[in-house]
Amino acid sequence: MTAHLAQLNIGRMLGPKEDPGMSGFYGDLDRINALADGWPGFVWRLVDAEGADATSLRPFGDDIMINLSVWESLETLRDFTFRSGHLDVLRRRREWFMPLGDIYAVNWWVPAGHRPTVAEAGERLDLLRREGPTASAFTFRDPFPAP
Amino acid sequence: MVGGDVGAVGALGEPQRRAVYEHVAAAVAPVSRNDVAEALGIGRNLAAHHLDKLADAGLLDVSFARLSGRTGPGAGRPSKLYRRAAAEHAVSLPPRGYRVLAEVFADAVEAAGVEPALYAAAREQGARQRADGETREDLLRRLGYEPVADGDVWRLRNCPFDGVARTHPAVVCGANLALLEGAFGDGVRIDPRPEGCCVVVERGTGGTKNNGSLF
Repeated sequence: MTAHLAQLNIGRMLGPKEDPGMSGFYGDLDRINALADGWPGFVWRLVDAEGADATSLRPFGDDIMINLSVWESLETLRDFTFRSGHLDVLRRRREWFMPLGDIYAVNWWVPAGHRPTVAEAGERLDLLRREGPTASAFTFRDPFPAP
Repeated sequence: MVGGDVGAVGALGEPQRRAVYEHVAAAVAPVSRNDVAEALGIGRNLAAHHLDKLADAGLLDVSFARLSGRTGPGAGRPSKLYRRAAAEHAVSLPPRGYRVLAEVFADAVEAAGVEPALYAAAREQGARQRADGETREDLLRRLGYEPVADGDVWRLRNCPFDGVARTHPAVVCGANLALLEGAFGDGVRIDPRPEGCCVVVERGTGGTKNNGSLF
């Protein structure tokens, strides 16, 4: 089986989309998503009915934004996250997102071609929060190799 | 590796060997003993001796490649090439464990969401590092960066905070940017590449003066 890496991260917004304080985030979104879509190793990301991004989906709470994607490997996702223009968004996240008070990101392996559901992603995040990093749900800091 | 971190640092005690190390560390691509011999005006065997001692000490990584681009029979033996090892060597006597403390601080900053306070502190620290008349390049070197001119900017070949930057990239790169903003005022931005520091600094001409507007 070829394994791909699925990743969920969530964030609690400081304000709604109309809030001027959020304009820096929303204004840069298309550029960052295009960067992800073209990044080596990118496979898929969840989008809403509009088809551009997932910012209108709120399965975990009205003020919680989600980001769910699949990558060919942990390394390609790590490179995009920390070694691309995306790093500057991460650096500035406190301008738009408040601390969640809990683990906010989880990685897990899926068979190539699988598209994780929001429910599945939520279960993996719960698992990581409950049991810490395991082969079924892990972090960048404590990764597990592909099966 | 021979002698651990103390051995690694000790291997640099001999001035000529240190010159060899600095030549390899500054090179953009891996270098051969011939490159080093030519650059430093020493014999090839002596260059190879120093290079292998540095590799034994864990300061250089070794690879093999055919420099000519030829392949197959008659292409000759692959050349032994040296580049600066990625591993970090730190010696403090008596022993100190700042790396662990840095990770603990970074964890706390992320958990509390106080990145803005961290960046403000880093900016102030950077401002304290300024010295009148010092060039951008010299100040970067003094802070532990390895600047390489790339068009209008200094790219920084190493990350002085590499260990904790790997476990906490967002907060460490953010603090790193703020530190350099404090030191230089302007012309500093995030521009990550696959290797090296995530920040670039405009080469400019203004040195480190006239940054009062930042505060």
